[in-house]
Amino acid sequence: MDLVSNSRLERVLKSGRFAVTAELDAPDSANPDDVYKNALVLSEVCDAINATDAAGANCHMSSMGCCALLTRAGYEPILQVGCRDRNRIAIQGDLLGAAAMGVNTVLCITGDDVSNGDQPEAKRVFDFDSIQLLQVVRTMRDKGVLLSGRKLSTKPRFFIGAVENPFAPPYDWRPLRLAKKAQAGAEFIQTQYCFDMPRFKQFMQRVCDLGLDKRVYILAGVGPLRSFKGAEFMRDRVPGVWIPDDLMHRMEKTPKNKQTTEGKQICIEIIQQVREIAGVAGVHVMAYRQEEMVADIIQKAGLLPRKINQN
Amino acid sequence: MSISPLKEARRAPGSEWLKNHPRFLEQTYLISKRFIAKTYPWMQKLSPRIANKLMVRSEEVLKGWAFNCQMCGQCILHSTGMTCPMNCPKNLRNGPCGGVRHNGNCEVMPDMPCVWVQAWERSQHMTVYVNDIQTLQPPVNRSLQGTSSWANMLDGKDMQTPKGWG
Repeated sequence: MDLVSNSRLERVLKSGRFAVTAELDAPDSANPDDVYKNALVLSEVCDAINATDAAGANCHMSSMGCCALLTRAGYEPILQVGCRDRNRIAIQGDLLGAAAMGVNTVLCITGDDVSNGDQPEAKRVFDFDSIQLLQVVRTMRDKGVLLSGRKLSTKPRFFIGAVENPFAPPYDWRPLRLAKKAQAGAEFIQTQYCFDMPRFKQFMQRVCDLGLDKRVYILAGVGPLRSFKGAEFMRDRVPGVWIPDDLMHRMEKTPKNKQTTEGKQICIEIIQQVREIAGVAGVHVMAYRQEEMVADIIQKAGLLPRKINQN
Repeated sequence: MSISPLKEARRAPGSEWLKNHPRFLEQTYLISKRFIAKTYPWMQKLSPRIANKLMVRSEEVLKGWAFNCQMCGQCILHSTGMTCPMNCPKNLRNGPCGGVRHNGNCEVMPDMPCVWVQAWERSQHMTVYVNDIQTLQPPVNRSLQGTSSWANMLDGKDMQTPKGWG
């Protein structure tokens, strides 16, 4: 196996196994135990844990902070690097720091806008866009230089990821934009929440036609709906999430006290469906503040055990 | 407390009619590029200061009206369907973010059509630069903000990328 990093996710994907990643919700706390409590549940059921970077522009413990704690305890975190809050100098510095702490995997994202977060008065940075960021990370790793051209005495060894949203317009450009990300350095992709299966199948068909499934590993984003109200909120208020009407009806006609179970069942069904789609290399499970449920979903979807040979 | 969304990107409405005729615009671009390449060196010989001022001012007025130009100083309009990417509240240069709404509007400004949805549609109607939207655009050189992209194009300044870029 030709490996570019020490990333466990890279090993899983390159060995041809179906990968599972999950999102850790960064705490509103300065207590490391709050991170470990969440990570403990996830680490048993997934190959790598995404440490979010102020998701939804809501301020939480930073991705850097979470990753520092996670690597210290031997977990396999994915550092999420957003372009919203930091300029190019800060980002490159953080990447070096992360690599030095033992972070092996990074995920380059644009970032949700500040207007959706808890501090909409904040200044947006967006010095890079996610695609430029990808190329900068790859150049740091492969050529061992900063954007300025200054040499690094030790190169950061990262497995590099990006995100894609097949469910947002312009739909026919999305696969080509994925190609641009692959060209810039993306090696794996985590998608936005998959609820609209016909749309996702169409997207994956085009991705395979372009041969992109051979160039990047695609992890389909999935997650449980907590309730009908929660589903409505996600569809209308969370940027980039789309839930088709048939799923909304299914949630609505379920009695209130059973909606959480139904949402979980839908998630398991979606995982089973995406596994059958050509070009899908894994799933990325996102469940805001419901880590216990993630473990249950992954188990019921038949994705356990996850232990692999560490070599 | 809800904060009213971005003001800066709404400054001038631009000309929607013009922007919806990208093929006409790309021809205009080709012609004006040739015209400026011929006249600018002469202007510079007469007075570099006035030549520069004239370029900045005319760009502010013309492109400001037509494209709501933000004067980034490194124009890529012809590779973005003649839709200014600096009007995107996230200043993206390589395509849309994942937050585009189901109706094709902007995540940040719900009433504004996504700059990149428009750019994509318009670019597909172009003939010369139809595939340029797939080009990987380097990071913005923020030090060129407020300067003339025409002058920077002729000097080659707009194409200079940092040493560690690719």
